[in-house]
Amino acid sequence: MPAVNAIGLTKADYKGAPSTLCQGCGHNSILSQIIAALFEMSVRPEDVAKFSGIGCSSKAPTYMLSRSFGFNGLHGRMPALATGALIADRTIKGIGMSGDGDTASIGMGHFKHIIRRNMPLVYIVANNGVYGLTKGQFSATADKGLRLKRQGENPFMPIDICMEALASNATFVARTFAGDPKQVKALLKAAFHHKGLAVIDIISPCVTFNNRPDSRYSYTWAKKHEIPLHQIDFVPPEKEIWLDKGMEPGEIRDIRLHDGSVVVLKQVDKDYDPTDRFGAIKAIEESYKQNVLLTGLLYIDPEAPNLFEILDLPEEPLNRLTEDRIKPGREMLDQINAEMFAA
Amino acid sequence: MSQPMPSSAPVAERPAVVNDFSITVGTINGTGSQTSNLTLLRALFKMGIPVSGKNLFPSNIQGLPTWYTIRINKDGFLARRDEHEIVVAMNPATADEDLAKVVPGGVYLYADHLRPREMREDVVYYKMPVRKLARESGAPPKLRDYVANMVYVGVLAWLLGIDLDAIHAALAYHFHGKASAVDLNYKVVQMAYDWAAENLEKQDPYRVEPMDQTRGLMLTDGNTAIALGSLFGGLQFLSWYPITPASSVAETINEYGPRLRRDPVTGHKTYAIIQAEDELAAINMAIGAGWAGLRAMTSTSGPGISLMSEAVGLAYYAEVPVVVVNVQRVGPSTGLPTRTQQGDITFTRFLSHGDTEHIMLFPAEPNEAFEFAWRALDIAERLQTIVFLMSDLDLGMNHWMTKPFQYPDQPLDRGKVLWEEDLKKWAEEGRRWCRYEDVDGDGIPYRTVMGNRYPGAAYFTRGTGHDECARYSEDPDVWVRMTMRLKKKYREGRKYLPKPVVETMDGAKLGILAYGTTDPAVQEARHFLLRDHGIPSDYLRLRAIPFHDEVKEFLEKHDKVVVVEANRDGQVAQLLRMEYPELATRVISHSRSDGLPLTARFVLEGLLAHV
Ligand SMILES: Cc1ncc(C[n+]2csc(CCOP(=O)(O)OP(=O)(O)O)c2C)c(N)n1
Ligand code: SF4
Ligand SMILES: [Mg+2]
Repeated sequence: MPAVNAIGLTKADYKGAPSTLCQGCGHNSILSQIIAALFEMSVRPEDVAKFSGIGCSSKAPTYMLSRSFGFNGLHGRMPALATGALIADRTIKGIGMSGDGDTASIGMGHFKHIIRRNMPLVYIVANNGVYGLTKGQFSATADKGLRLKRQGENPFMPIDICMEALASNATFVARTFAGDPKQVKALLKAAFHHKGLAVIDIISPCVTFNNRPDSRYSYTWAKKHEIPLHQIDFVPPEKEIWLDKGMEPGEIRDIRLHDGSVVVLKQVDKDYDPTDRFGAIKAIEESYKQNVLLTGLLYIDPEAPNLFEILDLPEEPLNRLTEDRIKPGREMLDQINAEMFAA
Repeated sequence: MSQPMPSSAPVAERPAVVNDFSITVGTINGTGSQTSNLTLLRALFKMGIPVSGKNLFPSNIQGLPTWYTIRINKDGFLARRDEHEIVVAMNPATADEDLAKVVPGGVYLYADHLRPREMREDVVYYKMPVRKLARESGAPPKLRDYVANMVYVGVLAWLLGIDLDAIHAALAYHFHGKASAVDLNYKVVQMAYDWAAENLEKQDPYRVEPMDQTRGLMLTDGNTAIALGSLFGGLQFLSWYPITPASSVAETINEYGPRLRRDPVTGHKTYAIIQAEDELAAINMAIGAGWAGLRAMTSTSGPGISLMSEAVGLAYYAEVPVVVVNVQRVGPSTGLPTRTQQGDITFTRFLSHGDTEHIMLFPAEPNEAFEFAWRALDIAERLQTIVFLMSDLDLGMNHWMTKPFQYPDQPLDRGKVLWEEDLKKWAEEGRRWCRYEDVDGDGIPYRTVMGNRYPGAAYFTRGTGHDECARYSEDPDVWVRMTMRLKKKYREGRKYLPKPVVETMDGAKLGILAYGTTDPAVQEARHFLLRDHGIPSDYLRLRAIPFHDEVKEFLEKHDKVVVVEANRDGQVAQLLRMEYPELATRVISHSRSDGLPLTARFVLEGLLAHV
């Protein structure tokens, strides 16, 4: 008997079409963790919608959550598409899946602006430092000096997704690695409960085009160089927080989210404050100097108002409002006509 | 230069010209002359005289020359004219150019700080002490340039007989009754009026007289009409990016929205407006919203449409309802960004790569713009596709006389949307639902929208090849089947679009086909073609693409159909020839694009050349 969650669903209920991505592609493991996270949190797949752009990473949503609505849109435009759609029903939680090409090149403007609007959405960048679907061109996150078969050597500095997010005042910024499934899952859970836009930059190796051991985006390199900022636990709203016995104060930090759930960060570096934006930027900069992959919840502001609040939308789904609530009455038009300049 | 002018040399006694002439005002952009011009327009309208006003402005915030031309016509012909009977010159830089515009026997009313190089013998001059009066008005120095423009309003009032009470009413409207502003401006008008009465001697034949031809009408612009039409049509989502001449559509929605569209139940807003980061975002947001079941719209102009083209193909192929308002301006490229054109027709017809075709609506005046705005939302949801509402700068930004907006009496058409209870019913009836299946044989499938929790309601939308059940497919037969169904939907869907308006005259052999804002020029040209040349004509005013059968019948009925358009290449003429190759030789294109609304004279020349 397969395990059943609190709402009586099995993991199979969260699955999608069989994956057509390469064997071993990082994107596949991200999918598994999304499925596991939603299963464990007992989220109804019907309460989720998935959005993506174009790329191998953007194809991935097809291979999960077939009971959820999904829209695979245009290259780079996922943020805009998801924004318009999710405004229609605030009770739906959105997952946006993008790639480094999709986000850091063609869609960079939309990425920055969805962050600025603090649109409620889990924004995943499956970052492999390369264009997978078009077969191995440099992406904007590719390491300087990376050599690719038909590209030669990359002469440009990479764009760092998390830095960009922080610069745009993101309210949730995390970096993780597809080879660290536990952390990916914990961050996904936290992101899912974040009130605004949650950026998760997931190093997701492309085994076909960018997995040489010296590439920062390879399994080998990332495994060897990953330095987690902390161990993350997510405690859903209804659960009591259980603390490890014998842990010294200062080694643990919990962050309460708007719905009462708590992100528990354990074994924290005493000096790291995930609510300090400049501290986060500095830590990332430092990680490049030290040639390590810094992972974890880099920054969070759990209180900032989200786009739905800013737009003053009702809690009820906008797309279910009946005609009498969206069409003004005849007397209103009479009034307006009367206000126009008339003879 | 000293004054070489034959100061108000006596002009031969001429019969009075009453309620039939044009006034053109040349000013400097950014000096507030729009208030004066609108005041004139409104005052004349208030007197019951048919008027139109066209703002011919540069792409500039301050400093460049700008003109406003008011046509006064007792018979209600309100197209722009090239003849300027009365020219008001306020801009030193265009003093000579403006003088050259005056028709022989016309009036040149100029500010006394202007120095026209040469004076004309065949023009009546009046000189206004603009700065002196502005100074004496007691206006604070920083407002003096603004109120200076009220001087010509006052002088014209004396010269032409414009009712001062009507001017006061116009000012009160303009300043929302704000007494200090109304009083200051009116004071200048009154001072200028008194000065003129004292110091000028009327030498020209132009006069206005009260009429009763504007009763029951109002003055408004097409962008306001579209904004209000969409709000009364249940608009729920608007995304936009600023661009002249479309911005005021969104800005007007922004202004009226809170008042019209607070939820009676919760007090929250029942719509969302997002000023997007660019038009790529604007269209993709609107597509997301339309897909999720909102009445969605984006408003833009040509450059924005160019950016939207990839997404337009997505909406077409994935069958997402969305309305795109295109307030057309002059292209290609940045072109003449503050001038008008009907230039995006062929482009829009086939917009996006691959096999695409799109619906366009062509409103001709504000009332119709209001109606087409709510209808466009209905049509988009009914046909599950993208609908282009093709306005232009002339309609969008100029003031037009129009009937009060008509309340949309029919219920909103939300199209074939299945909610939980509908799917339940289908299941009970043993019917299978597939997103892209042509159940009714009209090419229009049924859709569910995000948030529908019924088992099996969710589906995956994609711009890639898909079959009837929205599954990914690269099967050649499936592709053909799906795209041929789209074609069928487009053809069959014509019945939801506004039909052309056909006006006939007895014994007419000549046909005229036009659309949108060329209507006033066409109407006037037909009148003079009959009156002065004895040639009757039939007229089809196109209101939508794809063409209804009436269009074909019109071509069949007339050996020659002159297609009048404000673009260089005769874009609708091209589409007609393509659609009806067997009738192509009957299609005669008469088109022009110079950035200005077409004149009746231009239209008439074209008609005469082909009879
Ligand atoms: C407008 C447009 N330009 C180019 C492409 C071609 N294209 C498809 S996927 C892709 C890059 C995807 O890279 P990334 O987002 O990193 O995804 P990955 O495949 O690496 O997961 C490109 C350029 C496209 N689909 N659309
Ligand atoms: S090409 Fe690379 S990114 Fe694409 S599926 Fe294969 S491994 Fe993944
Ligand atoms: Mg990539």
